[in-house]
Amino acid sequence: MKEDKTMSNKLKLITDGLVRNNPTFVLILGMCPTLATTTSAINGLSMGLATLFVLVLSNMAISAVAPVIPDKVHIPAYIVIIATFVTLVQLLMQAYTPAMYETLGLFIPLIVVNCIILGRAEAFANKHGVLESACDGLGVGLGFTCSLTVLGAVREILGSGSIFGWNFIGGHDGMLAFVMAPGAFICLGYLMVLFNKYLKKN
Amino acid sequence: MAIQSNLKNMTVVLTGVCLVCSALLGGAYVLTKGPIEKAAQAKTEKSLSAVLPGFDTVEEMNNVSVDGTDYHCYKALQGGSVVGYAIESGTIGFGGPLTLMVGVTPDGVVYNTSVLSHSETPGLGAKCTSDAKFMAQWKGFDPSAKILSVKKDGGDVDAITASTITSRAYSRAVQAAVNVFRTLNDEGGQDNE
Repeated sequence: MKEDKTMSNKLKLITDGLVRNNPTFVLILGMCPTLATTTSAINGLSMGLATLFVLVLSNMAISAVAPVIPDKVHIPAYIVIIATFVTLVQLLMQAYTPAMYETLGLFIPLIVVNCIILGRAEAFANKHGVLESACDGLGVGLGFTCSLTVLGAVREILGSGSIFGWNFIGGHDGMLAFVMAPGAFICLGYLMVLFNKYLKKN
Repeated sequence: MAIQSNLKNMTVVLTGVCLVCSALLGGAYVLTKGPIEKAAQAKTEKSLSAVLPGFDTVEEMNNVSVDGTDYHCYKALQGGSVVGYAIESGTIGFGGPLTLMVGVTPDGVVYNTSVLSHSETPGLGAKCTSDAKFMAQWKGFDPSAKILSVKKDGGDVDAITASTITSRAYSRAVQAAVNVFRTLNDEGGQDNE
């Protein structure tokens, strides 16, 4: 199953993850962190970046070790590898971005069970080379990061009247429902509609 | 594609994967231990300096038990004399646990309060961390002259608009801290004299 190693192929892997295989709006995977952490653009961005980091590293590690892992134990082996990278991210965030860790703390360990990560390991990384898997992880991770940032930005604009923490309606409250759970579902639904409409047109 | 599974290679591979991963995490833990402790300490110091007058040393007090609940307390000293106590006090708000740091000066007056963690509703109860009028009333609140409950319940605390439950919880937490201070102060007095 050797892929052709041209540059355009790698680029396609990345853009696929961003648009055609967008994990949030097309594959609809990883909904728990998507809905829960996108109360503001910066929270969405941080969650996306943490997932991106884990996804790239776990894709690379899994594609490297996949040939020597016996079939019957591949899931436990992958989970251990993924959990290691997640714990690494957790320790690093706790040490160097404690404020961010306080907001996202609960959801960081949950990256282990994010379907996107095990999904990419099963569907892509264990059949491809290290470099292609890194590109796939980067693409899907960027897709997830962008989706979460956009969703977070929309909810922050409507819900708190600010963007990336910068308040533009001066002292007033936004439409509070949007920073709470119902707003997450409403925004996600509308963004999904817009995204898929755009995809169909092209 | 994947190699044939048998007991031997499954055991070897899983053991190997776990060993490498544990080694990696062990290393990361050692490297981040210092910075994590520093971050936690910086957070405590920040909340202490927000609720207490100027101090140069802080003594952490072992869990103080009042009415069956253990409280985490700090004694702040300036040039050897006590300038105040900071008490971590928790209660249940509208959305979940609400934890405050309450600073009390030796005369029993609340110096200031700050919220350590909360899960109140954004825009309503969460205003306990941003509503200037609500926050300002805790500065210099004298619990021996005023009653620590919201005006609706016959007390002297101005509640946050539309967030009476949060305001009640906040008052309760401050009251608990004041009770802890009174116990500490009595004990301190007995020890010294």
